[in-house]
Amino acid sequence: MGKITIPEEELMSSGHVGCHGCGAVLAMRYVLKGLGKKTIMSIPACCWAVMPGVWPHRALEIPLLNTAFETTGASISGIRAALDALGKEDITVVGFAGDGGTADIGIQALSGMVERSTNAIYIMYDNEAYMNTGIQRSSATPRGAWTTTTPVGTQGTWKKNPKKNLMDIMVAHKIPYAATASIAYPEDLIRKLTKAKEIQGPKFIHIYAPCPTGWRLAPELGVDIARLAVATKAFFVYEVENGVYKINLQPKDKPLSEYIKLQGRFRHLSEEQINELQKAVDWEWERLQKLEKFTQALYKRS
Amino acid sequence: MGERIMVTGNYSAAYGSKLSRAQVVAAYPITPQTTVVEKIAEFVSEGYMDTKYIKVESEHSAMAACIAASNTGARAFTATSAHGLALMHELLMWACGARTPIVMANVNRAMGPPWSVWADHQDSVAQRDTGWIQFYAESNQEVLDMIIQCYKVAEDPDVMLPAMVNEDAFFLSHTYEAVELPDQELVDEFLPPFEPKEKLDIDDPKGFGSLVMPEQYYEFRYKIAQAMDNARHKIRKVDKEFKEKFGRGYGGLVEFYKCDDAEVALIVAGTAASTAKEVVDYERAQGRKVGLARIRAFRPFPYEEMRILAKRIPIIGVIDRSITFGFGGAMFAEVKSAIYNSEHSPAIKDYFTGIGGRDITPAVVTIIIDDLYNVAENGLDKEIVYVDVIGGDL
Repeated sequence: MGKITIPEEELMSSGHVGCHGCGAVLAMRYVLKGLGKKTIMSIPACCWAVMPGVWPHRALEIPLLNTAFETTGASISGIRAALDALGKEDITVVGFAGDGGTADIGIQALSGMVERSTNAIYIMYDNEAYMNTGIQRSSATPRGAWTTTTPVGTQGTWKKNPKKNLMDIMVAHKIPYAATASIAYPEDLIRKLTKAKEIQGPKFIHIYAPCPTGWRLAPELGVDIARLAVATKAFFVYEVENGVYKINLQPKDKPLSEYIKLQGRFRHLSEEQINELQKAVDWEWERLQKLEKFTQALYKRS
Repeated sequence: MGERIMVTGNYSAAYGSKLSRAQVVAAYPITPQTTVVEKIAEFVSEGYMDTKYIKVESEHSAMAACIAASNTGARAFTATSAHGLALMHELLMWACGARTPIVMANVNRAMGPPWSVWADHQDSVAQRDTGWIQFYAESNQEVLDMIIQCYKVAEDPDVMLPAMVNEDAFFLSHTYEAVELPDQELVDEFLPPFEPKEKLDIDDPKGFGSLVMPEQYYEFRYKIAQAMDNARHKIRKVDKEFKEKFGRGYGGLVEFYKCDDAEVALIVAGTAASTAKEVVDYERAQGRKVGLARIRAFRPFPYEEMRILAKRIPIIGVIDRSITFGFGGAMFAEVKSAIYNSEHSPAIKDYFTGIGGRDITPAVVTIIIDDLYNVAENGLDKEIVYVDVIGGDL
């Protein structure tokens, strides 16, 4: 038998009401394995506001504070301040928000929380649209995707805008630690949470969490698509510590079309349009590699 | 006796939060509230106040942070005004639903546009239905005392609702008055540490604010309605206890001023009461028996007190310092509805004045009193009138 690399402790019990194949379920499960029992979590409006179950049932065995959609950053600042005032400094405070609640409506409170150096972890589980409300586009929806508010129609009004890069925004705040992670790579994900827990100050983790329902994907392919996202450069797994980039998982030399063609949300795209998207991810990958090289060189020099 | 100092209403609010030992303060600056947060920052930086002061990036975040802090078990304080309060609206509702006994000082300021930084009650009156206990202060001493009293009421296990102390912009916020600072020791005796029954606790993990189905939601709201009713009694009780301890009381939800034998009465909230009391004294010296009822608590609304007033006095004039567009002012509507189903039916008339910082001068109050005597002689002509405005009624 091989060595167990994932903590056995389960703080997410059965009874959640997520969809089949939900990536956010795995994200929560692994996050809690990484953080452990001494954790207080704040959740805004998002899939996970509903998924713990209807009161009085609750599939999460940690203290949980529901908060308004746009307030996760402020909420975790409040919890941390109160814990500090009460002399309970050894508790991990974590915000767990979706991409819309983070990149759109909650970005102000997130920015505030990072700027004022709240000692807490902010997690964005990214399913690339407003999935709880029924697949409306967010600023984290990738270019090319169909959603209910970017319907293809006869006019081709699928999403034309690029995905907002929250990691760049966090790095611009001079955040001590920011990382991306994927539900397909739990060891990497859990390691990042364990690490974030030990770092003082604000931490940001961007977790790629496929939504088979919203992506028009077979539910059993949730983890496969997450692996393909990394392999095809649709999603990069890396971390930034005090401004220094480190790529954690290398893409495989696979075309983006393999990733695109499994998902109904991209079915309207022509070969030419897919090629455009390919060029964009190639460019992003090159940029990330250069950032890694450049910032590591700077670090060595200092 | 505590120390007497000269302070503004805003400093009084800051001292109130300090004496109440607020453990978390989250606040964002807005004119004319700024000197509250500046004073608290000074207290913290000088080591006079042991609080975690979160410098948030908006009022919305200020209230969100206060709610989270309160749910974690800390006593939370914030202060705001006008647009800041309006921005908080969603979270004001949340603070009530989450049963977090946060206390907030709100500096009453008119809403834009057009921009105005001066006093009226539109900002807080518009938050009537958010489930906050609301007080309107007449003096800087009352601002300070009410912050302490509010924590005692709000944190009562039978209440557990947030409370707002309103002070008129500039008339109180920036005007210096002599204020007695209660001794910290006495305040500590009066206001024990905040110990909520339920809080975020890793040893007893619970969920706060989870989804509920229609068969449960109404039950939660009903409990809030009961809590607000409980607050009515607690406010009176706490005011009495406060008087016993500190020698000052305010009469609970309403302060009656020379109402016992009055022929007509004015109902007013906030600083305009001070001017109106002067006019009442003057009128009485001239032989007209005028009384005044100062509404201190707008929520819960003092309907019992209003019925007592209605029993004694046949003519009542309500001064509204905010406009509820479409019909009479909020204060008028509340007074009228409180009295309607009682056996007494005085004539009640609504007077809009003092909007956007316009002074409610003795002359304006006299115009209103003259008009009330006109109602006494000739009956109620017009229910709702605009005073001291171009094209208005009086």
